[in-house]
Amino acid sequence: MAPGAGQAGNDDTRSDCFVRITPANGGGLDLQIESKVELYYGDSIRKQATAALDAAGVRDARVEVRDQGALPFAIEARLEAAARLAGYLDGKPDLPEPAPLPPVSDRNRLRRSRLYVPGNDPKLMIGAGLHGADGVILDLEDSVHADAKDAARLLVRNALCCIEFGHSERMVRINPEPMAIPDLAAVIPARPDLILIPKVEDADQVARVDAAINRILGEVGEHRPIWLMPILESGKGIENAFEIARASERVGALTIGLEDYTADLGVVKTRDGAETLWARSRVVNAAAAAGVQAIDSVYGDVADEEGLRAWGERSRALGFQGMGCVHPRQVPVVHDAYSPSEQEVDKALQIVHAFEEAQKLGLAVVSLGSKMIDPPVVERARRLVEQARKAGRVQEEQS
Amino acid sequence: MSGKTGFEVNAAGRKVPVEANGKTQIPFPGLGKQLPQGRKAAPPVRSAAYYPADGDKRVPDLKTALEKCGLKSGMTVSSHHHFRNGDFIALKTLQAAAEIGARDLMWFPSASFPCQAPVVDLMEQGVVHHIEGSMNGPLGDYCSQGKMKGLGVLRSHGGRWQAIQDGEIHVDIAVIAAPTADPFGNCDGSHGPSACGSLGFALADSIYADHVIAVTDNLVPFPCVPWQIQGNNVDYVVEVDQVGDPSKIVSGTTQITRSPERLRIAKQIATLLRDAGIMKDGFSFQAGAGGIALAFVGYLKEMMRQDGVRARFVRGGSTSYLVDLLNEGLTDYILDGQTFDLAGVASIGENPRHLATSPFTSYNHHGKGNFASMVDAVVLGATEVDVNFNANVVTHSDGRLLHGIGGWQNCLHSGCTILAIPSFRDRIPVIVDQVTTLTGPGELIDVVATERGIAINPRRTDLLDALKGSKLPIRPIEEIKAEVERFCGGPPQKPVLTDDPVAIIKWVDGTVLDTVWKVGK
Repeated sequence: MAPGAGQAGNDDTRSDCFVRITPANGGGLDLQIESKVELYYGDSIRKQATAALDAAGVRDARVEVRDQGALPFAIEARLEAAARLAGYLDGKPDLPEPAPLPPVSDRNRLRRSRLYVPGNDPKLMIGAGLHGADGVILDLEDSVHADAKDAARLLVRNALCCIEFGHSERMVRINPEPMAIPDLAAVIPARPDLILIPKVEDADQVARVDAAINRILGEVGEHRPIWLMPILESGKGIENAFEIARASERVGALTIGLEDYTADLGVVKTRDGAETLWARSRVVNAAAAAGVQAIDSVYGDVADEEGLRAWGERSRALGFQGMGCVHPRQVPVVHDAYSPSEQEVDKALQIVHAFEEAQKLGLAVVSLGSKMIDPPVVERARRLVEQARKAGRVQEEQS
Repeated sequence: MSGKTGFEVNAAGRKVPVEANGKTQIPFPGLGKQLPQGRKAAPPVRSAAYYPADGDKRVPDLKTALEKCGLKSGMTVSSHHHFRNGDFIALKTLQAAAEIGARDLMWFPSASFPCQAPVVDLMEQGVVHHIEGSMNGPLGDYCSQGKMKGLGVLRSHGGRWQAIQDGEIHVDIAVIAAPTADPFGNCDGSHGPSACGSLGFALADSIYADHVIAVTDNLVPFPCVPWQIQGNNVDYVVEVDQVGDPSKIVSGTTQITRSPERLRIAKQIATLLRDAGIMKDGFSFQAGAGGIALAFVGYLKEMMRQDGVRARFVRGGSTSYLVDLLNEGLTDYILDGQTFDLAGVASIGENPRHLATSPFTSYNHHGKGNFASMVDAVVLGATEVDVNFNANVVTHSDGRLLHGIGGWQNCLHSGCTILAIPSFRDRIPVIVDQVTTLTGPGELIDVVATERGIAINPRRTDLLDALKGSKLPIRPIEEIKAEVERFCGGPPQKPVLTDDPVAIIKWVDGTVLDTVWKVGK
């Protein structure tokens, strides 16, 4: 790469494009565009490139664009990233048409599945909301090469702005500090619903992210809620689970990363997860104590559907409310595993109904058939019905 | 191109030539409006007195056979695509014709493949005048660039039978490559080292051509059983070392898709069949060998198992996925037009419930019915579809020839025709205002299934009613189009095409549905 030149993107990946900007002293723009879809969108790409370069402040430069059918959100991100890497730091983004902003995310919304999407691969982003996952995670951390962090953060920002993710909560996993700060600066103005903070070991880390978010939201004048989900990935993080869960009002859920955690312990991660049982139970307990959701790790073997199902069912029994998915095919299996069975729902509905009847009659004691029902049982039944209703698993009562 | 002819706008609103390759053409008058008259064509009457009494019709080589058949310039020579991209015989036939000195031949393949790219040289040399049959790859480019001397004529498999039967195409010499044959000319496709399954595409040629040559690399003593092609229609038998490359005989594309979006389409189509009540005991369906179609068969199989449903028949192109269905008792029969993988080849050779069919039984529109309209549901692909459900399967969006029609047009007559297509490919939206080349009228296309939703043709109020209460994402086609255009950055630029026709698209009744125009610079 010539000194001063900036480049971003890939020309060997479908739906991506490569951009290299080499600043020059005068001579105006020398814009070279090669595109797989030249015949259909050649004019559009030229127009977009000219506008984006202008917005970025690129006046005199050689600009090479090699496009593999990238969508406008990705083309803009690549142009802007290359411009910044070439030293054009003061420009403003010229974003493509934004997608309609989805409704605000609820703190206690259903979070059975969260689908990981690599943050530097535009191809997988556009369809990520189609698979019915409760959340989509645009990942800036482990799935993005160290060299591509700058480019990925703009791509993720544009994805948040321009892509509809259906009913999925729009999540971003940022990098650990110090990269967390520029990550947040890029993505927070694009209004994600939730930020996953990796490798959290103490409450201060969460507090610093919280403060950064507040500062950025203040700057952009936005008050839409953004939730946090700290990921505990070490022995120390697990020990501090409760404090971490209470570190910010924004924390809506607590989760655990088992690859790093088992590495920290020096143990092998097994199919049934006995070696992490204590840590996971600790997360569940800390979450319950802090009043946030407990969310499990991922099951890495995409082909092993039965293993995934068994993991999910055990995980639900431990008290987790969901887990991560590394492939869309895991989503329906995970939803099944974390959803109450029909019998469970029926029983819970009966209990809730009996409680309501008793209330109406002013009875202090709730009974179902010959059995007395204790208040905690009623409470558990209420929560189960509420979860099942969110998951669309309750046949609405006939009136 | 042999000079400009007149054009008319047909009932589909498409400008079509009224003459092609010296023959008057009927513009598409609308569905069911073209009523054929007269009698079928027939080959000359022959006498057994002129054929060897011992039944041995062998001659030393293909060139000799062509000479004995009286090959002359301007004749029509046919071949078939049973060996797909592994075929050796079609090209050898045309090269032998060149050695004999024949010129201006019309090559009439049931489909052409990239392995036949050297036919471009034969067209340059004047040996082959033009091709009537599917063209893609280098042959498609040659035709699309307007370099072919005559107009390309693209027909469906059923339309090819219809054209031969109705006398629209007269085949002078048919050359049939056979995986097994006997010296009398009986041919079988289901056995032998180059087994390909059915020989159905050659059946019409064997019945109607003036002369028929059988070429085989597996000569067996009389009788060759089963005789998919009857030796009584065959003039000469030629033995060669290899009729084709067995590794390429089966399609290379029979892989289930791994794309999550495409898997989603496949699953939703299967669900649609179940929710609409189409998937029930005794039903039938057809799915091709594309990645989505194969995945669809997998999902449907699971649902059939769960619900204890058994199909009466399924239609191939057969693959291991259909063979599994047969072997597990989930269908009574496979009625197979062509075989796409080795499991299909083995099954058709061994299982009496796996039957070879021909375009006559399956698809011929000018017959007393055909199987295609009896199939309850079919899953097909397309390159483009418009908001009125008209679809294109033969050209890229830029107008270049891409695919043959195959059985696609014929299959549109099923009870529920489903196009399974991604909503965009490489940023290019698949749902458009108007298709580049009309291959199938929207009246016959019932469902367009994309990863972003399923559009049901508003004409199918019965299907819409049956799907009330289904959780499928059923959406108006315009809405899916608008969503895709939003993230693609608006509708694509229109391709630059010229006013010079390079090929015509026949409908199943022999009328002209659309024109393929020479691509611009």
